[in-house]
Amino acid sequence: MHKTLTTTALATLLALGATAASAEIRIGASLSATGPAAFLGDPEAKTLEMLVEQMNEAGGIDGEEIALTLYDDGGDPNKARTFATRLIEDDEVVAIIGGSTTGTSMSILSVAEDNEIPFISLAGAIDIIDPVKPFTFKTPHTDRMACQKIFEDMQKQGITTIGMISGTDGFGASMQAQCKAVVGEYGITVAADETYNPTDADMTTQLTKIRNTEGVQAVLNPGFGQGPSIVTRNYRQLAIDLPLYQSHGVASDGFIELAGADAAEGVRLPGTALLIADQLAADDPQKPVVDAYKAAFEEKTGTSVGTFGGYANDAFLILTDAIARAGSAEPQAIRDAIESTSGLAGTTGIYTMSADDHLGLDLSAFRMLQIKGGEWTVVE
Amino acid sequence: MPELLQFLFSGVTVGAVYALVALGFTIIYNASDVVNFAQGEFVMLGGMLTFVCQAAGLPLPLAALIAIAVTSAIGVAMNKLAIEPARGAPVVSLIIITIGASIFIRGGAQLLFGKQIHSFPAFSGDTPLRIGGATILPQSLWVIGGAVVVFVGLWLFFTRTLTGRAVLATSNNRLAAQLVGINTGFVMMLSFALSAGIGALAGVLVTPITLTAYDVGLAFALKGFAAAMLGGMGNPKGALAGGFLLGLIEALTAGYLSSQYKDAAAFVVILLVLFFMPQGLFGARTVDRV
Amino acid sequence: MTMKLTPKTATLLVLVALVVLSPVLFPSGYYYRVGALIFVNAIAVTGIVILTGYAGQISLGHAGFAGIGAYACALAPVHLGLHPSLALLLGASVSALLAFLVGRPILRLKGYYLGVATLGFGILISMVLNNERQLTGGPDGIEVPELGLRALLNDMGLDLTNGQFWYWFCGIAVILGAWLALNLHGSPTGRALRALHGSEVAARTVGIHVARMKLQAFVVSAVYASVSGSLLALQNKFITPDVAGFMHSIEMVTMAVLGGVGSVLGAVFGAAVLTLLPQVLTVFAEYEQLVLGLVMMLVMIFLPQGLLPSILRRVRGKDE
Repeated sequence: MHKTLTTTALATLLALGATAASAEIRIGASLSATGPAAFLGDPEAKTLEMLVEQMNEAGGIDGEEIALTLYDDGGDPNKARTFATRLIEDDEVVAIIGGSTTGTSMSILSVAEDNEIPFISLAGAIDIIDPVKPFTFKTPHTDRMACQKIFEDMQKQGITTIGMISGTDGFGASMQAQCKAVVGEYGITVAADETYNPTDADMTTQLTKIRNTEGVQAVLNPGFGQGPSIVTRNYRQLAIDLPLYQSHGVASDGFIELAGADAAEGVRLPGTALLIADQLAADDPQKPVVDAYKAAFEEKTGTSVGTFGGYANDAFLILTDAIARAGSAEPQAIRDAIESTSGLAGTTGIYTMSADDHLGLDLSAFRMLQIKGGEWTVVE
Repeated sequence: MPELLQFLFSGVTVGAVYALVALGFTIIYNASDVVNFAQGEFVMLGGMLTFVCQAAGLPLPLAALIAIAVTSAIGVAMNKLAIEPARGAPVVSLIIITIGASIFIRGGAQLLFGKQIHSFPAFSGDTPLRIGGATILPQSLWVIGGAVVVFVGLWLFFTRTLTGRAVLATSNNRLAAQLVGINTGFVMMLSFALSAGIGALAGVLVTPITLTAYDVGLAFALKGFAAAMLGGMGNPKGALAGGFLLGLIEALTAGYLSSQYKDAAAFVVILLVLFFMPQGLFGARTVDRV
Repeated sequence: MTMKLTPKTATLLVLVALVVLSPVLFPSGYYYRVGALIFVNAIAVTGIVILTGYAGQISLGHAGFAGIGAYACALAPVHLGLHPSLALLLGASVSALLAFLVGRPILRLKGYYLGVATLGFGILISMVLNNERQLTGGPDGIEVPELGLRALLNDMGLDLTNGQFWYWFCGIAVILGAWLALNLHGSPTGRALRALHGSEVAARTVGIHVARMKLQAFVVSAVYASVSGSLLALQNKFITPDVAGFMHSIEMVTMAVLGGVGSVLGAVFGAAVLTLLPQVLTVFAEYEQLVLGLVMMLVMIFLPQGLLPSILRRVRGKDE
């Protein structure tokens, strides 16, 4: 009797285990939720956890629940590679989202490509998808696109000579290099090129040098974290009377708060629809997704949405959309479906991928924003 | 000329931050020969706790006092739980213990306060003061003033008070200090409380300039450690001089050479100074004990 | 008649057994990756044993040498046309030369002053790797060419996955490194180093050339760190300046001291523990840093000799 009971219980458990395994789609993520890139990875991680929860409450994809395995690589590419291996070999995921930074993304992508697992990166560098690798995609605009958007705006203002002050972190350094690579196409010259460490307390020295450089008409500050806030404050302290451009790295309400509305007045940057959710036209294709994400994220975390969490939101949308369209959770099928993503509205822009474009965004996804009276406004 | 003046203002502001952190290192070192790599976390705690209290509705001065008191208590706890039990351990073990403590405090802060960057208003407003064509923020004067006041206070403490001399005696020879009736356990507790308190004060003063987050401690600790070693570990004069020197070297390098290599210049100077003065600028000359 | 094992032979046998037998327990390819990482770290940590455990000197900047080794493998094949294996040797030579040049003045310093000098040196190297974007790719990192040995083995009929290949390759390297370190330990140089660890003044009075001995230990340990960096770069096929960062230096020292800096086996054990820890701690999610800090403190407070010696003492009972 006793034995029968045990056997039955065991059989039931096994059966349960088997159904549970077949009725879930395992996806993995390696993000920089702590460490120097936590500014990117933290909102990304929170976004993914929130979305998985939401989706499972709503019944999953075609009745199959999503199981998310999320690791914190601390921004260390070596750890990211280990976690990617672990996700694929040990956790047996069918797709990976992540790589908050370019370094971690480059590490993950070689593992994903070797194992033919679709991978959607959340990092900026163009090298991730150029040249196109079969299994690697990404959601953020490239740094180069941010530069182009800014230079387009400068061109309209008739600005031909600028000064740059960049963070030496991965984000700032990468964008600095990309901007210098394309600046010539807009007939603009970089007359002063300064840098600061992300942990520096004062940037008045660099800004003084830029101000005293002959002919500078505007200043551009690629960077993220507290650096750009301090740059913006020092800019006002020195009463520099030139337009200040920030990057999409600080596109969040938190920036206005930290820099102070007075100091941030007039600052321009390329941002996404997420920052101006309340100003979007009712028929804007991005409005539903932007509103939904903003409301859910702000309610769940109590912090304002930013561009980076939006990247994770879009990666999750693209992935789940692909799985639903493929009607299969096989890596190869998912990859093919991601590549045929078309007209998918995300918070960052509207994605249309193809065999030779694994990003699927163009410059129109960026909106030139300006801070006025402590609020984001769209530059016409 | 206004250009040079602006560089100097920048250097002095940053230098004062380094000096305040470096001063925090000296007391613990004097009492126990331990370089406390968690000193930067005290600075972080000072800023973060002040922010939290202030956001909870307390007036800024009260918030700052609470932050300093709580951080001092954490310092005492760290001494009791992590440093005392490991007395007599080799330098490298102590380095790992204090780094472990720093990781622990950072991890705790991340859990309690989250990963957001925070700040609170400057004490005397944000309107820069104009001097000779250059500008300086009133908050910078607070930081510089804080560094000088702490320095004078420590100098008086170590040279004029019995307790201060007891700290130095404990550092020189613990056993002898005990034999002449110094309560070395109390001295250790006091020095951790003071060090942590000074660290927290630094955090309170610099946060309106540098902003704060759970992970800012390490950078403070590294620069403060470098400044303290440059000046000569254990000497408040050295900490003050080392801090300001480091800040000025960075600012002048960024101003006249390359902002990319300003930190490199600072470390090259440290290496050069140590090659010629192995105990730092104001360090005590010691001889090998056999 | 019983054969008495010398500690050297015993250590090597244990290491070989660990490397060879562990894969039996591996449920998936991921474990080969972790194993290979442990070995890479163990090589660097063996260098720290020579510097800190034998000679009693501190370095908070050894990741700088790992950075040189890593970037030699990334850059030399592209710019100098060297085979990656020769690039590894080039990196080791550059590291040795640099250690020789800076070691002389730096090693006159003691305790924390030596700590800050080595720390500054390490930061300088990582700063160059970060800032010289044209050459190094900056903070975004740079790709590292394939070593090519695995393909060669495949041609010879030895079919290994990437993870397996690096596991065995680094496993052999770690045994080799341990063998060299153990030989050094027993040599006159090793004895001299340990003598100066005890007391420099005493060592000097018995005629040991203290400065030269310390310098030798520093150079040798730099070569270990450099090789470790090269192997990491070749294995990951991608490298960023993090490899030369302050935290990596601290990690090396912590691994060595946590495991037991006095012996090669202890250090390897420390490398294993600290490499595995973050993998295990993922279950703590948000609490990971808290637990890591706690472990570091607790081990140093309660097991000041390091994990392995303390465990061994407990196992052997009180007969020591």
